[in-house]
Order: sequence, then structure tokens, then C-alpha cells
Amino acid sequence: MADEQGPLGEEGTDGVRRRDFIHIAAVSFAGVGAVAAVTPLVYQMAPAADVLALSTTELDVAAIQPGQAIKTTWRKQPVFVRHLTAEEIAEANDVPSADLRDPQTLAERTKPGKEAYLITLGVCTHLGCVPLGAAEGENKGEYGGYFCPCHGSHYDTAGRIRKGPAPTNLVVPPYEFTSDTAVLIG
Amino acid sequence: MSFPWAKEYQPQNGFMQWMDERLPLPRLVYGAIGAGYPVPRNLNYFWNFGVLAGFALMIQIITGIVLAMNYAANTAVAFNSVEYIMRDVNAGWLLRYLHMNGASFFFIVVYIHIFRGLYYGSYKAPREMVWLLGVVIFLLMMATAFMGYVLPWGQMSFWGAQVITGFFSAIPLVGEPLREWLLGGFVPDNAALNRFFSLHYLLPFVIAGVIILHIWALHIPGSNNPTGIDVKSEQDTVPFHPYYTSKDGFGLGVFLIAFCSVVFFAPNMLGHPDNYIPANPLSTPAHIVPEWYFLPFYAILKAFTYNFLWIDAKLWGVIAMFGSIALLFFLPWLDKSPIRSASYRPLYRKFFWFGLLPCIAVLGVVGAMPAEGLWVPLGQVAALYYFAHFLIIIPMISYFEKPEPLPMSITESVLGKAETPAVGATPATA
Repeated sequence: MADEQGPLGEEGTDGVRRRDFIHIAAVSFAGVGAVAAVTPLVYQMAPAADVLALSTTELDVAAIQPGQAIKTTWRKQPVFVRHLTAEEIAEANDVPSADLRDPQTLAERTKPGKEAYLITLGVCTHLGCVPLGAAEGENKGEYGGYFCPCHGSHYDTAGRIRKGPAPTNLVVPPYEFTSDTAVLIG
Repeated sequence: MSFPWAKEYQPQNGFMQWMDERLPLPRLVYGAIGAGYPVPRNLNYFWNFGVLAGFALMIQIITGIVLAMNYAANTAVAFNSVEYIMRDVNAGWLLRYLHMNGASFFFIVVYIHIFRGLYYGSYKAPREMVWLLGVVIFLLMMATAFMGYVLPWGQMSFWGAQVITGFFSAIPLVGEPLREWLLGGFVPDNAALNRFFSLHYLLPFVIAGVIILHIWALHIPGSNNPTGIDVKSEQDTVPFHPYYTSKDGFGLGVFLIAFCSVVFFAPNMLGHPDNYIPANPLSTPAHIVPEWYFLPFYAILKAFTYNFLWIDAKLWGVIAMFGSIALLFFLPWLDKSPIRSASYRPLYRKFFWFGLLPCIAVLGVVGAMPAEGLWVPLGQVAALYYFAHFLIIIPMISYFEKPEPLPMSITESVLGKAETPAVGATPATA
């Protein structure tokens, strides 16, 4: 007890010593310092500037014939650009969207006036394989869109999940038509 | 260390005396793996596998360090640098095949080590902490092996990384940002390859550290034994050295014969030919399969094909896969039976041989097969049994089972009741 009788060790009327405050303040400040020191170590793992610099892709869809699809890349991920035929559009619009696992209409997945161009990531929403169906002669699955060979997910002509383990439709990346045929993805 | 009759370290000469007073490292080794560690006298060959696992880790660290001297972790050259090791580096082919198959053999001996623990109840009191640290080592091994498999940057490397980091995207809300943070990009690329290399180099040393804790925790109560009963007197034990150093030495010889047979005569038996194709981010191989040691867990992942409650199938699969390992952390408290060894537990023994082992074998086969036809329901039944075994069957058995009579002591189990001689007894003469 004797060593707690100094000016710092004396209890105030509220039962708190000045030394308690110093302890809490010092440890708290050290904690703030530790968090500040860890921040760059954690932050360096996020995508670097060169990776983010690949965030836009430009392409021209004029050369894609109806029924044809091309593969391009955006952020190093495959992107499918598909020029739908009239039958494929009709097929996609015939499905009542309430029956779908991830209800969306073709119009919601394309741009107004450009419903024939379906632009999606070529990344299965299950575990990230590249589905088949974009190239000539590949298996398009039971619904005429895309088929993922890894775990058997079937997508329809609007790129919507219809059968298999994938939880959601093929992702539509952010994009816009900068002219009648030029597309800017990202 | 643990028993009062453990021999004490005696420095043999003046220099060792001088050392012992300043840095008693020889004393530590003597007490840990020398004559100063008393071990039950009845250990069978299943008790070799801890030492074998430690040896396998040493093989991996030594071959890994020299491989890293010739490997380049950059997506542009990684694949070719592995081929350079195979073709141009002196003895490079041997070092790579040792490292590649060393990983498989590390898992083989660790799986046998784990099933030894399960059969003889080594996870039970007072060795719970030994078991928990063992599960931590197992998780670290899986992370290390996965990241190592990515390094050659072949097709299976790339798509394995894509699928396994895809598990994280199943987590609601934070999943996709978390995956991008782990990869340092939107797909596995240079950033991911570099950090995997860095961590693949680091984690084996972390494993070595946890192994020290694992052995430390083991030496408090001392080793379990095939009867599962406690050591009662000095005649139940023998010193670790020379008795078990020589027994482990023999086991190590057998292990090395098996290991070298594969390394020299079938080095690619356990691998996938697709990983000799350079990574192509725009084309998925027709059939993605993990390395054999992950197949049962992969089968559990694939077993969930329907959304259930408010959680979708993908997240269920990921939860179940991680849960299948996480539940091992609770095993010491799920099994309430005070009897350790399955030799005296008739029901537990039957479920071990005819339930758990076939179930894991089926999961392993299903994991390698495409997710179609009868493989899907077969995998679902096996996955269901796996969880039922640990969460329902084991706790139930501990209540209903009538254990068989235990021997009075380890010595009695070795020498038989009638023949247990009193010390100094002489045969009776007519």
C-alpha cells in the first residue's frame, strides 16, 4: 500500500486513480498504433493499380452475326458477347420469370434497343469455371445458352441459371454503348 | 519428463557440463526424444507415423528450399521455370519429384497418424490439446499443399486456385471483396502467384513450430498406447532411446522404400496430366479434380445440390466442407466414453471399420468422379454418414456401449495375467 500513496497512486473520491487513467490511455494508444501498423500490410493485398488499370475494355459488336458469340476479356476475366437470333430472344422472353432461380428478364439483362446483344461474364457463378457455348460447336446445354462442364450448370439464351448448382445468373458487367456498335465495358 | 522414474540427463564430459550450465539444449533433446522420455512398452507400428510425418516435413522443407533457388514466381515464366528445373538443373528432376511425391507421402502418413489417434482414443483426456494442435497442423498442411500446387502455373494449378478461392465468394456480402483481396485481382494472376509462393515458403516453418507445441503437449501426459490404459509403474515403460528410436528407424526404412519406389518408378502416378499444360484463363479443363488427399472433402463440397432453408447450395457445400474438418476440434468432447482404445470398445470398433473407413473411401472415389448420375446420391449418403458418425453415432455409442474388460496394466497386457512374474521370482521346482 505504501507505494501507492504517491500523487499518482492516490484514489480520488470516485475510486479511480490517476495511474489507472495513464494505463488505459497508454495501452489504448499502443493499440491504435498497432492497428495503424497492420493497415498497410493488409491493404497491400488488395488489387494493385496495374490490375485496376485493366478495368475497362472497348469493343465493336458490328462484326458479330446473329447466332454468333465472341470471347473477350475484362479485368482478365472472360466476357461473352452474344448476338442473339430472333428465336433465341423469343425463347428467353417465353419463360415466366417467377419460375427462375434468379428471376430476371432478358430486357433487364441487356440495354434498351440493344436486346439482341447479350454481354455477360464467361465465369460460372458456381465456382468460377468458363462455361461452354460461346464458340462454334460447343455444348450449349439443355436450354441453348451456356453449359458449365465443371459441375453441370445449364444457362439459357439470356444467360440465366436454369439447372445445376450455380446460385445466380451469369453476371452482366457494367457497360454502355458509346455509339451504335461500340461498347465500353467497365 | 512426465514420470518420476524418467532418467535424468548426465553430461558425459567437461564440455557438455559447460554447455548444460549455459544452454541446456542437449538436456532438452535427451528428455524429449532420448533415454529421458519413458514410453509405454507395448506401442505397435502405428506409433511410427508421428516420426514419419516429421521426417516427411523435413524432406519437404529441404527439397523446397533448393527448388526455390531455381523457381520464378511470375505468371510469364513460372511454368517454364518448372520445366527448366526438370530438364536443365542438375538433379532438378529428382528434387522436384521428391517434393511433389513428398507432399503425397506426407498426407499418407498423416492420415494414418490421424486414424491411429481415432482408433486408440488418443484424442481423449488428458491429450485433448495434442489432438487440437494436430488438427491445426492438418489445416496448415492443407493450405500449404494447395498453394504449392498452384506454383507450377499449369491448367490444374490455375483452375484449382480459381475454384478454391471461389469458396470464399460463397460467403454472403463480404465474399466477393474478400476473394478479390485474397487474390489481389479479379482472377488468379501474378499477384496471387507471388503471394502463394511467399506463404508456401512460410507455412512449413509455422507447421514446424506447431509440431513443437504438439510434442510438448504430448510429453505432459506421455504417449498413449494400444490398450489405452494409463502407465502405472516403471515396468510399463521403456526409455524412448534406444527402444523406439530403433523401432522408428526400422519404420523409416520401410517408408523410404515405398517413397523411393514411387519417386523413381511412378513419379506422376498421383498427379494430373493436365498440369503439364500451361495455365489458360480462357479455357477450363473438362474435368477439374483436386489432388487425391483433398478428394473426400471435395466430395462433401459437391454433395449439396439443392438450396435448403435460406442458404443456397453453394454456401451449404462450402460450410459442410469446412465443417467436416472443424468438427474434429469438438471430437474430444463428443466422445463421452472413458475407455480410450477401440480394442475394448466393441461398438465403436465396428463403426470405425465398417462405418467411418468405408464412408471416407466412398467420398474419396466420388470426389474424383464427375458430378453426374449415381455418383451424386452416393456422395450425398456418404457425406451424411460422415457427419452422423461424429455428431450422432459417437455420442450415442458412449452411452449404450458395454466395454470389454480392460487389462490391469500395460505389463499384464504384454505378458499375460498368469505369467506376470513378481520381480525376482524363480520357477517353482517340484
